[in-house]
Amino acid sequence: MKEIVIISGKGGTGKTSLTAAFAALSSNHVLCDADVDAADLHLLLAPKIKQQTDFIGGSIASIRPADCTRCGICIEHRRFSAISDDFVVNPIDCEGCGVCVTFCPEQAIDFPPQKCGEWYISDTRFGPMVHARLGIAEENSGKLVSLIRKQARDIAEDNGRELIITDGPPGIGCPVIASITGATAVLVIVEPSVSGLHDMQRVVDLARHFRIPVLICINKFDLNPDMSATITTKAEQAGLQIVGRIPFNPAFTKAMVEGITLTEYRQADPDLLTLVSTIWQTIVQSDALQKKQAESILPIINT
Amino acid sequence: MIISVASGKGGTGKTTVSTNLAVSIDREVKLFDCDVEEPNAHLFLNPEFENSTPVFTFVPKIDADRCNGCGKCAEICRFNALAVLGKKVLVFPELCHSCEGCRDICPEDAVGEDARELGVIDSGHRNGIFFVQGCMRIGEAMSPPLIRHVRSHARPGDLVIIDAPPGTSCPAINAMKGTDFVLMVTEPTPFGLHDLKLAVEAVKVLDIPCGLVVNRSDIGDRHLWDYAEQEGLPILLEIPFDRSIAEVYSRGQLLVEEIPSWRPIFARLYDAIVDTIETRRSIQ
Repeated sequence: MKEIVIISGKGGTGKTSLTAAFAALSSNHVLCDADVDAADLHLLLAPKIKQQTDFIGGSIASIRPADCTRCGICIEHRRFSAISDDFVVNPIDCEGCGVCVTFCPEQAIDFPPQKCGEWYISDTRFGPMVHARLGIAEENSGKLVSLIRKQARDIAEDNGRELIITDGPPGIGCPVIASITGATAVLVIVEPSVSGLHDMQRVVDLARHFRIPVLICINKFDLNPDMSATITTKAEQAGLQIVGRIPFNPAFTKAMVEGITLTEYRQADPDLLTLVSTIWQTIVQSDALQKKQAESILPIINT
Repeated sequence: MIISVASGKGGTGKTTVSTNLAVSIDREVKLFDCDVEEPNAHLFLNPEFENSTPVFTFVPKIDADRCNGCGKCAEICRFNALAVLGKKVLVFPELCHSCEGCRDICPEDAVGEDARELGVIDSGHRNGIFFVQGCMRIGEAMSPPLIRHVRSHARPGDLVIIDAPPGTSCPAINAMKGTDFVLMVTEPTPFGLHDLKLAVEAVKVLDIPCGLVVNRSDIGDRHLWDYAEQEGLPILLEIPFDRSIAEVYSRGQLLVEEIPSWRPIFARLYDAIVDTIETRRSIQ
C-alpha cells in the first residue's frame, strides 16, 4: 500500500481542489483529510458519515476552589502562565502537563481528559474517506492527524485498496510532521510567488528531513512565468520531479462553489481536464510513488 | 494597541494586508511575523536585519551518576518525552513541552537542563517600522513557544501588527490571544467561508473584537456577506481580484508602493479598526 500526501507549506495554493480532482480520477483508493484544523475536502466530496468518534486529546487542569488552600505550590511549578495569582486555570493557556496536579498537596486539582474534536469514517462518490474536525482552539492536532491516517491505512488494508490520498495541512509544524511521517511520497503544490518559493523550500526540507520523496506541481504558473521558471530550476537542481504546471483558471473556484470537483465540472475547459488527468497519471507512475527513488541520493536544498 | 491579522484558511492575503497596513499607518509601528512555520512578511518589507538570535527551550538531561532509575520523571511526563528502560532513562527531546515537571519531581536531583533549538528570532528596521519574525527550525513541531518569543518584543503603548499563522488551533490562538483586535482576512469562496466561521468561533472564545477584509471579493459567491451581517462582523475592506495585484504580490512587492492609490485605502483601514474598537468599548 502507498500513501501520497499533498502539502504546500504556504496555504491557499490549491491543495484541496487538486486532491479532490485527483480523487475523482483515481480508483481503489482511500481518502484522508489531514488538515484537521481547517478541513475543507468534505465541501467538495459531500461525505456520508458512517461512523463518528470523539477524539479525546490531552487533559486540562481545573482547581476546585472549595479544596484549594491557596498554598501557592502550583504557582511555583507553573510554566505556561495558565494559573492566575488567584488560583484559576485558564484552559486556553493550559498545556496539559499536569505538573500542578501532581504537586498539589491538597489534591485539589482535577485533570479531566478533554474531548478535542471528532473524527469520521465516511463514504463518498469517490470511495471511503477518513476525516476529522478539531475543536475550536484545541491542541493535539498532530495526535488527531496520526489517528486518522492510521484509520485510513486500516481501511485500505481491510479492503485491499492500494493507495491513500491524503490532503495535508499548511505549514511545517506538528500537524504537517504528523501528516507526512511514514508516507510513500509527498506532492508539494507551489504557486509562483516569492512566498510560494520560500515556503516550498522549507516544506521540501522538512520532507527530506524525514526522508520522504518529493514531487512538485506548480499551480497558477502563468500568474508569474519568470517565478515559475525559477521554481522549475530550483526543483530540478535539487533533483525533484515536476509533475506538471497548471494555469490559473477560474473553473477551480466555480467547481468549488458548486460543491464538486474540477473533474466533474461540466463547463471546465477540456484541455485543463486533460492536463490535470495527465498530471495524476504522472504522479501515479512517478519513481517517488513507485518507491524507485533511493533515499540516500536526496540532498537538502535549503537549510 | 495590538492588531492581529488572521484567517482560518491559508493563502487568503494575511501577509499582503499586514505588510501594506504597516507601511500605510502614519505613526511608529512594529510588525511581528508570527507565522513562524512559513514567515513571509520579510519578503515584502525587505527590512535590514540587525539581529538574529537562536531561541532554545528546556529539555531534560539525565545525570546517569545520580539517576537511580526510579521512573518518577517518566511517570509525571504527559508527553511521553521520557521513558525508563530497565534502570536507564531515555529522553525524546522532540516530544518535550518544557514543563520541567521531571526536574521538579526527581528525588535524586538527577535531571539537569539541556536545550532544543526552536528556531531563530530576527529583527530589524525599515522606514521606521520595527520588524520581528520567528523562523522555526525545520523538523521542530511546536510553534507556540517561538510565537511567544516574537510577541515578547511588544512594549506597553506600542502599535503592533501581528501577521498570524492560518488555522484555528494552538499556533493561531497564540498569535491572536491578548490582542486588541483581530483583522480576519478571507475570500468569498466555500473554503474561505467555512474556515472563516471556524476562526471567528475561536476569536469569540478569546473575546476579541473582530472585523473582516474580503480579498478577491468578486470571485466565488455572496454567502460571506450574509454571514458577516448575521454575525455583526464589519467588513472593513474589500479587495477585488485583479491580475495586476496578484502579479505585484508574486514579485514580493508592496501593493501601496506599486499602485499608490492603495496607500490611502490601507490608511483608512487602520482608522476603521480604531473606530471599531472604540465603538465596541463605548457599547460595553
